[in-house]
Amino acid sequence: MEHLELFFKSIFIDNMVFATFLGMCSYLAVSKKVSTAVGLGAAVIFVMAITVPLNWLLDTYILKDGALAWLGEEYASYDLSFLSFIMFIATIATMVQLVEIVVEKFSPALYNSLGIFLPLIAVNCAILGGSLFMQSREIETLGLAFNYGVSSGIGWFLAILSIAAIREKIRYSNVPPALRGLGITFIITGLMAIGFMSFGGMLTGGDEEVKKPETTIEAINTQEKELANTIKGTE
Amino acid sequence: MGLLSKKDTKLITDPLADNNPITIQVLGICSALAITAELEASIVMSIAVLFVLGVGNVVISLMRNIIPSKIRIIVQLIVVATLVIIVDLVLKAFAYELSKTLSVFVGLIITNCIIMGRFEAFALANGPWKSFLDGIGNSLGYAVILIIVGFFRELLGSGTLLGIPVLGDAIEKTGVYAFGYENNGFMLLAPMALITVGLIIWVQRSRNTELVED
Repeated sequence: MEHLELFFKSIFIDNMVFATFLGMCSYLAVSKKVSTAVGLGAAVIFVMAITVPLNWLLDTYILKDGALAWLGEEYASYDLSFLSFIMFIATIATMVQLVEIVVEKFSPALYNSLGIFLPLIAVNCAILGGSLFMQSREIETLGLAFNYGVSSGIGWFLAILSIAAIREKIRYSNVPPALRGLGITFIITGLMAIGFMSFGGMLTGGDEEVKKPETTIEAINTQEKELANTIKGTE
Repeated sequence: MGLLSKKDTKLITDPLADNNPITIQVLGICSALAITAELEASIVMSIAVLFVLGVGNVVISLMRNIIPSKIRIIVQLIVVATLVIIVDLVLKAFAYELSKTLSVFVGLIITNCIIMGRFEAFALANGPWKSFLDGIGNSLGYAVILIIVGFFRELLGSGTLLGIPVLGDAIEKTGVYAFGYENNGFMLLAPMALITVGLIIWVQRSRNTELVED
């Protein structure tokens, strides 16, 4: 249940692009065609699925306040959390280089179409942001961290896929010249973000909102009964 | 006047408008949008980026001949990460409340595409002084957009600037609120940042039609 909740929360409510604006640079630059968008989105899911759990392990066993206690009593007082930026980004950069080598080997077509953006996954804010949010939201177990990485990646994938599809269609529309390209993409993303805000009520406050209509229906029922009684009375 | 030649001045002024990192080069959007609900946060973020990009460009430019090109991204990231840690610690020490507001977005300066973009496009090919000017110019261009967006979002969203009420008191109905004006709380929400930047791009490209895409 905890896993399911985190899964849907990271995809829809805390969507990387629409709620926190992470990974906007590649989101805007690679979303002209659906096929490249799918490639980059898949790469992001893959990299996040690896780096978030790895960084969780780093955070829990090395960086956190008192995390070094497993080395022995005298290390328990160390707090290395100021090093987390540098450790996280080093992990990510290494993993991205690895992914780049693997993709170049197994799918040269994808490698060519992604072009400069594969190395730039390293500087995709979504990847580092995933790790930093994992740290600041204090995700508890390795399994949840893995879940968080995958589902945030899927959320990002969903966002870039939908904007790419819209941009392919919008080419046939008559957009004001000055808004063409970047401007309209920003505004569409804004509108999509408003749409995604409606998912906000998906996991919270559902109980209270259900009760209200019930009580009003009951109230209406009693009113009707009273009305019927008064009608009977007059007859 | 000998300090800045004409070419050097161009390095600083170009990114302010016609080659703006955000609206034209499409770099560094990530952090630009998330923290602009308040003007103060936008200004502090701009200063942080100014520091990191100015110093980082010089460091990378000095090391450009000894960095092996295959691992340059990791080297660049380590340089940026070090500078960002400095910024983060300074913020935590002197402006703790603000560093809470900015939360992970200080860390995300590391992956701010402006920084990597300028390293790749400029600092790796030019001397330290030019790179420094380029860094300053681009971070000022970034700051301009951030401050415009932050200004409008805070003014229209909460009726304040830098936390000081400028439109009168919303509860006691003074100032413009006396005429039935209401704060537009929607401006404080995330989507409006995107739409505001979209509108800025619209204005900019209508004024300078050379920038219009196909």
